[in-house]
Order: sequence, then C-alpha cells, then structure tokens
Amino acid sequence: MTISSQNVQLNSNKVIVVENLTKKFGHFKAVDTISFEVEKGEIFGFLGANGAGKTTAMRMLCGLSIPSNGKGLVAGYDIRTQTELVKRSIGYMSQKFSLYDDLKVWENIELFGGIYGMKDLEIKEKTDELMHALNFESERNKLVGSLPLGFKQKLAFSVSIFHNPQVVFLDEPTGGVDPITRRQFWELIYDATSRGITIFVTTHYMDEAEYCNRVSIMVDGKIEALDSPKNLKNQFNANNMDEVFQQLARKATRKAD
Amino acid sequence: MILLHSNSNVISIDMANIQNGTSFCSPLEPISRLTEVGGSSENINDISIEVKNIYKNYYSNNSGKFAGIGKSAFADRNSSVPLQESGISFSVQRGEIFGIIGPDGAGKTTLFRILTTLILANTGTAIVDGFDVVNDYKEIRKRVGYMPGKFSLYQDLTVEENLDFFATVFNTTVEENYELIKDIYQQIEPFKNRRAGKLSGGMKQKLALSCALIHKPSVLFLDEPTTGVDPVSRKEFWGMLKNLKAQGITILVSTPYMDEASLCDRIALIQNGQFLKIDTPKNIVSQYENKLWAVQSDNMYKLLTDLRANELTKNCFAFGDKIHISSQLNPSEGDLKTFDIEKIQNTLSNNGHNNIVIREIEPTIEDCFMQLSQK
Repeated sequence: MTISSQNVQLNSNKVIVVENLTKKFGHFKAVDTISFEVEKGEIFGFLGANGAGKTTAMRMLCGLSIPSNGKGLVAGYDIRTQTELVKRSIGYMSQKFSLYDDLKVWENIELFGGIYGMKDLEIKEKTDELMHALNFESERNKLVGSLPLGFKQKLAFSVSIFHNPQVVFLDEPTGGVDPITRRQFWELIYDATSRGITIFVTTHYMDEAEYCNRVSIMVDGKIEALDSPKNLKNQFNANNMDEVFQQLARKATRKAD
Repeated sequence: MILLHSNSNVISIDMANIQNGTSFCSPLEPISRLTEVGGSSENINDISIEVKNIYKNYYSNNSGKFAGIGKSAFADRNSSVPLQESGISFSVQRGEIFGIIGPDGAGKTTLFRILTTLILANTGTAIVDGFDVVNDYKEIRKRVGYMPGKFSLYQDLTVEENLDFFATVFNTTVEENYELIKDIYQQIEPFKNRRAGKLSGGMKQKLALSCALIHKPSVLFLDEPTTGVDPVSRKEFWGMLKNLKAQGITILVSTPYMDEASLCDRIALIQNGQFLKIDTPKNIVSQYENKLWAVQSDNMYKLLTDLRANELTKNCFAFGDKIHISSQLNPSEGDLKTFDIEKIQNTLSNNGHNNIVIREIEPTIEDCFMQLSQK
C-alpha cells in the first residue's frame, strides 16, 4: 500500500494520519481498525485500559512495528515503508527513561543529539540554553543516576524534544513523581506545544486527560471515543474524565494482552 | 528484645539499646478502644504494626546517592540531626487499611522491607503481629504476606504452578486456603496454564495478590500494587482489598495515586523519608489550613500563567479542568481580606479572560499533600 506525495501535501497540517490501522498477532487483533488524525501543535491524549492495545498502536506509529493492515502517516512519512524517516522526525519518552544513569547530564544530551545527527556546535549552544531554561546549570556535570526522579523526568522530556521533532510520544511520562513535579512537567509540555511540537501522550492519571486538547479512549483494540474532554463529559453525562473512562473501559471483555 | 504475646497485650522489653549500649524496659501501652461492629461490641484494641523511631540510611551504589527512611536519611551520614530524633513512628490497628502515600523515592519501599524483615534499620524498633522484626523474623515471615512493587512471580512457571509453589513454601496447600483467594483467583483461573511472564499487568497483579495470600497471612504488605494500572483495574483492586479487610486482615499499602487515599482507613503522607501527616483522610482534609478556590476560564493555559504572574495568586496548580488557588495566608491575622476574590476576578477579566468561574471548594488529599510538602 503506497501513499502518494500528494496525500502528504494535503495533510500538511496533520502530524499524524491513521486509517484503519490494524495489528494482528496470530488470530488476535491487538489493534483493530483504528482511524484518527492529530493536528500540528495539539496535545493528544491516548487513553485505554491495560491491554487495550495502546502500546502496540504506539509502536506502529513510532516505526517499530509494521501494521498488519491499514495505513498511517507520521510527520508526513509512511509508517510501513519509511520507518527510518519516521524515527528521525519523532521524539519518544517512556516512564522507564531512556537516559543513561552512568553518564553525566551533558553527556546524555550530547549522546542523543549526536544520534539524531545534530552538529556539535548546535548541540553545545542548545545545551547551554536548556540548562539555563531548566535551571539545571549546577547539575550539568552530575551523573544522571544521582538526580532526583523529578529532575530526571524533566531532563528525559527535554532530551526527547532536543532535536526539535515534529511530534513527541510520551508513554506514561508522569508515573511516580510528587504532585507538584507532575504539574511542573505538564507546564513543560504546554511550553513545547507553544513551539509547535505535537504531543501524543498516554497516562493513567485522569486529571491529566483534562489537560489534553483531544482524547481518544481505546477499548479492546478499538477507539471507542474521541473528542475534547469537554465534549466527552457532555456526551457521557459525566463530571470528570475518570467517569467517562470508567463507563467506557468497563465494557471491555478482553482480559489479556 | 523479649516479647510476651498474650492475646491482645503486647509487652516488649528492650534488652540492649544498640545505639548507646544502655538497657531499659519499655512496656508498650495497649491502646484500648471499643467500637461497634455489626451491633455487637467488639474489642479491636489489638495493634498489628507498631513502629518506633525507625531510621534507615544507606548509600545506593546504583544511584550514587543516599536513600532510606527518617529525617535526613537522604543527606550524608554526617547530618546534624541526632539519629534518635530522626526516626519515624506509627502504629496500625488490626484489620485496618493503612495507606503510605507519596512519590517514588520517598522511602516507602525501605519501610516495607524493614517491616517484612528483609533489611535491618539503623535504629528503632518495629513489631509486626506481636513479633519483633529483628529477633523474631522467622515468626513474622510465616505470618505476613508481601507483594513487592516488582511482582515476585516466577515468569517461567504457569499461573497454577506459581500458586502451588508459594503454598508449598509456606507448608500449606492451595485447597486449604482457597476460600480466601477464591474471588481473586477465579478471575485468572481460565488462564491457569499460561506462564506468568505472558500475563497482562492486571492479571499479574491478581496472581501476585493470590500468591501473597495463599498462607492466610494476618498482615498483608502491598508495595505500590496499583502503579501503572489503569483506573478501572485500580478500582477493582481496591474492592478486593475491602473484602480482605472484612476478613480481619491488616493491610499496609503504598501508592503514588493520591485519589486512592480516600479508600484507606488512615493514611501517612510521606516525602523525603518523613511523614508529613498521619490521620484519617477526612481529618487531613479538614485540617487544610487555607481557603481554596477552583478557577476556570476559556483559556486554561493563559489562566495558569496569568494567575502565576499575580503576587496574590501565584500559589496555583492545575487540577484537571480547573486551577486551584489557595490563599496561603494566615487567616487569623486578617490576611484573608487582602485575598479578595472579586479583585482577582476583575484582574482576570482585564487580562482578557471570558467565562470566568471561581468557586470555593473543599481540598482533595492532593491539595493537602502539596501544601504540607511546601512547608
């Protein structure tokens, strides 16, 4: 299945376009014909119960897993045929941070900047900027392993967008931190969107679902709802996103991953 | 330490105080309280867990920094706080669900490992189900169930084999205590021939809980059982804990999710190795010191930046679709008068906000945690 360049042009303000995306493992449909689009600069919340298929879908969008059926464009590239170009255009951060504990803060930044092909001078300049913006100057020469969790988390996010990707995938980024750090982290996310970076985020904190522009909720491999938090609450006659989630996810029949 | 354990009274005698080498006797005061249960008067003066001045500080080669529990446990060993004054103390009643609530790295797991006799504290004493964690560790291990944060299941054994294994280790059989785990185990029984490593997170959680319960423990230690678990499964899990409590099992459970606090009988809020507060969730909320308002407008991000830029409302945090602002002033000194909601509303209108809604609200446990942690 090929996607013409004309198609890419048409969807230039869409950072993610997914049509009937499906992933089968044997007879099991982990992701079952999902379709959605994400606009540039949007914060898109990707919710679902454990085992609903979120991680599988996310792996396909990151070019790490080839779809069984359907098609998808991420940052204008085909997730089936242009996986290397997809990987270059995105950032990724998971709860198990990809930072190296036994490298210093600046060494981690240099490593990731280098992997994404940034020039030495650019890395140096942007590192200075970043250390200043995060108020991290005194941590610059510390080993990442010695930093408090909240610091690591902010650094991991900053590293994931260091190469200025079009979209960053955040997989449960705020697990385990204290409530104040969790909120400061969301302010970093807002800040990134104001610079045009699109955010694709999964979370189990339902208050964080409210911070998204739009939210999709996956149940048993399918997207059962997709709208702004406000519209979803109206649609499901709910006071908050937790109630919306409980109503939808309770319908799940799938018990295993 | 010698323990005399007779029904409900626990007497402990410290034979040697490790810190200064002196000996003293300290009978623990039994807490007597009567409560009405199901119309009949039942004595629950039993204490299940008694922790006194526990302090633990260790250097983690993994992270290259200090960790532990107690005041200054995260600083180096040359801390100015005397060890005797820096430990934590609390007690848990028999049949209580006691929550330890706080972020990663606060010392929750260290505390659990001390109470389950896996590591030794530097100072202090702890008694679990009438037994001392140092001298009677073998007794304690027979009596407690422990579900660590990373489930201790054998990945290459099947569901059924794991359960059998844990039953055998504790000299019992699955049949003997099946009633206790029935409700939980039945949900995963259809997959009993599947290897544990191939289970989903929610199913692993249920199997780990079944394994921790198979020897019918009197105290259950659950270290972050719901971390990374979706809201629906979390709700189900707390339902299971309620059923276990009804069978008289004491539950010490830790969680980073503040919304689970209200499901505990009592909670300890923990940060940096110290307890910020120990009480019922209701009492903690009622002791919130300032007034709290929820603010909404059409542009929430601009609202947050505008509120933060204002000296009066800089103490603001996003809570779902609202922003909470607290006065953070001393009401007794009349400071609240300067915290004029109408003035704030006008400022926001001048900043170009539409549909501004400001409502005084009752704090959540998360608001309380944030206030206490900023002190």
